[in-house]
Amino acid sequence: MTNSQPPIWRNYRFWQIAIQVVAIIIALVIVNILWNNANHNLRQLGISLGWDFLERQASFDIGESLVKYDATDSYGRALGVGLVNSLRVATLGILFATVVGITAGIGRLSDNWLVRNISLVYVEIFRNTPLLLQLLFWYFGVFLSLPKPENKISLFGLGYLSRNGIDLPTLTYQGVNLTPEFSTLLLGLTFYTGAFIAEIVRAGIKSVSQGQREAGLSLGLRPGLLMRLIIFPQALKLIIPPLTSQYLNLMKNSSLAIAIGYPDIYFVASTTFNQTGKAVEVMILLMITYLTLSLTISIVMNLVNRTVQIKER
Amino acid sequence: MDQLIWLRKNLFNNWYNGVVTIVCVIGLFSLGRGVLFWIFNQAKWQVVTVNIHLFLVGRFPRALYWRIWLALAINSIVGLITWHGLMQKYHSPKNQLLQKAYQLIRPLLAPIWLLTFIITIWLLGGGFGLQSVPTNLWNGLLLTLLMAFVSIALSFPLGVLLALGRNSELPVIRWFSILYIELVRGLPLIGILFIAQVMLPLFLPADWRLDRLVRGVAGLVLFSAAYMAENVRGGLQSIPRGQFEAARALGLNTFLLLILVVLPQALRAVIPTIVGQFIGLFKDTSLLSLVGLVELTGIARSILAQPQFLGRYMEVYIFIGAVYWLFCYSMSLAARRLEI
Repeated sequence: MTNSQPPIWRNYRFWQIAIQVVAIIIALVIVNILWNNANHNLRQLGISLGWDFLERQASFDIGESLVKYDATDSYGRALGVGLVNSLRVATLGILFATVVGITAGIGRLSDNWLVRNISLVYVEIFRNTPLLLQLLFWYFGVFLSLPKPENKISLFGLGYLSRNGIDLPTLTYQGVNLTPEFSTLLLGLTFYTGAFIAEIVRAGIKSVSQGQREAGLSLGLRPGLLMRLIIFPQALKLIIPPLTSQYLNLMKNSSLAIAIGYPDIYFVASTTFNQTGKAVEVMILLMITYLTLSLTISIVMNLVNRTVQIKER
Repeated sequence: MDQLIWLRKNLFNNWYNGVVTIVCVIGLFSLGRGVLFWIFNQAKWQVVTVNIHLFLVGRFPRALYWRIWLALAINSIVGLITWHGLMQKYHSPKNQLLQKAYQLIRPLLAPIWLLTFIITIWLLGGGFGLQSVPTNLWNGLLLTLLMAFVSIALSFPLGVLLALGRNSELPVIRWFSILYIELVRGLPLIGILFIAQVMLPLFLPADWRLDRLVRGVAGLVLFSAAYMAENVRGGLQSIPRGQFEAARALGLNTFLLLILVVLPQALRAVIPTIVGQFIGLFKDTSLLSLVGLVELTGIARSILAQPQFLGRYMEVYIFIGAVYWLFCYSMSLAARRLEI
C-alpha cells in the first residue's frame, strides 16, 4: 500500500521537521561564524577569554558603598558593591514611585479641580520627556547648582540640601547623608516611573464600576473609606500586572546611573570593561544579573498578584 | 455669580477639599513666583538663541540647509497623506472622491515610504551629484528624528516575525523567539547599545567597518524588535479562532492565512500600541548620547561645554525637554485619536 501514500514533499510532518532542522543549522552556522570572528578579533586585540580578572585588583575607587570597599579590592568585590548600590536605589525607587504614582493617580480623579489639573500636568510633563534628560536636569541643573555645604538650605529642620546632597540628621543616630548622585537617581526614577504608575492607577480605578461606588456611598462610607475598602482593592487586580512591568523598567532604568556617575552595577561593569577589555565576560555577567533581578521582581509580583485577585464565588 | 458657584463646586465642596485647595494655591504661588522670576530675570536664554541651529541640525553645513528643508517637506507631505489615509479607514469618510483617492493610494504607501526614505538619506548624505556630508555632521534634532523613525520602521518587520515565531507550533522556532525576546527585554537599553557599539564589531569580520550611526540603529532595532514582538503578539491573540478556522476551511496555507487574514487584522488592532512604543523609542534615542552619538541630548552636552555658556544647564535642558515634550505629547494625542 506504499503507492497510495502522498509524496514526501506533500507531507506536513516532513516540512515541520525539515524547517526546524534548517533553523537549527542556520543558527549554528551563524553562531560559529560570529564565534570565529570574535576569537580572531580578540586575538588581534591581545585579549583572552576567561574569568580570572574577577580576582585581580580593581584599583579604582567607588564613590559610595554600603559595604566596605577600597581600590585594592578585587573586580569581583567591586561588582558586588555595584550590585548592592543598584539594589539600594531600585528598592527605594520602587517604594517611592509607588507612593507618588498612587497619589497622582488618585489625584487625577479627585473632585478638586486644582488637584486634578496639577496631577495631569505632572503626569504629562514627566511621561513625555526622556528619563536621561530628567536625570541630567536634576543633577546638573538642581543638585550641583545648590549652595555650598556652609550655607545649606533647611527643609523645615528635617533635613538639609546642599551641593553635598541631602543630609537627614534625624533619621538615625548618626544621621544619613544622601550623595547628589544617589539623590538624583532616586528622584529621577521616582518621578519618571511615578508618572507612568499614576496612569495605571487611574485606569484601574476608573475600571471599577460606578455601581460599586454608589453602593458604597449608600452604605454611608466616607470618600476615603470608600476608596480604601471598596474601590482600590478591586482596582488592584487590574493595576498589578502593568505595575510589575513598570517596576521592571525602573530596575533596568537604574542603569542610567552611568550618566551622572552613581556607581551602580552597570557603572562598575563599564569601568571594569574599560580597564580589562573583557567585553564578553562583563556583558554575560550583566545579563545574568539583570535577568535574575527581573525574574525576582516578576516572581514577587506574581505572588502579590495572587493575593489581590478576588476570589469569585 | 457663576464663578462663585463653580469655585464652590470644584474647589470648596467640603472642608478638606478647601484645605487642599488652599495648600495647593500657596504651593503653586511660591513655585510659580520662583519659576517666573528665574525665567525673566536670572535665565540667560542666549545659549538657546545663539545655538538654535546646532540644536536643530547640528554641524550640518549651513549652505546645504535647503536639502534638509526639502527632505522635511517631502516627509511631511507623505506623512500627512498617510495620516489622512489612516483616519479615513477608521472614521467613516464624508467625501466620496477623497475616499476613492485613498483607496488608490493605500496599496502604494509602502513603496512611497521606501522611496521617501531613500530620497531623504540621499538629500542628507549627498553623493550621486550632491555634495556629500559625512554622518558625523548629522546632529541634533535631525539625528534624533532620523534614528527614531528608521529604528521603528526596521524593528517592525523583525518584531512581526518574532511574534509569529513565538506563536509558531514548531518548538525550535518558538524557543528561539522566546529566548531572544526575553533576553533583550531583560536587559537595559544602555546595555544593548553597548553591545551594538562595542561588541558588534568584535563579532563581525575585522574588515567590516560599520558606521557609528548604523551601529546605533542596530542597537535600537535589536531592542525595539523584542518589545514590538510582544505588542504584535497581543494583536494576534485578539483575533478570534473563527478567523483561523474559516481561512483553513477556504484552503489557505499558513503563509496566505497570515498575510491575507491574520496580520491585517492584528496589525490594525495594535497601531495605537505601536505609536506608544514609538514615543518610548523617541525618548530612548537620548541614550545614544551615552555611546557617542551627537543627537539632541548629545548636542546639548557639547553646547554646555562651550566656554561662554558654562553652567547654563537649566536653560539648555529645559529647552530640549520642551522639544522632546512637544513631539511626544503630540504623538500621544495622535495615538488617542487612532484608538477611538
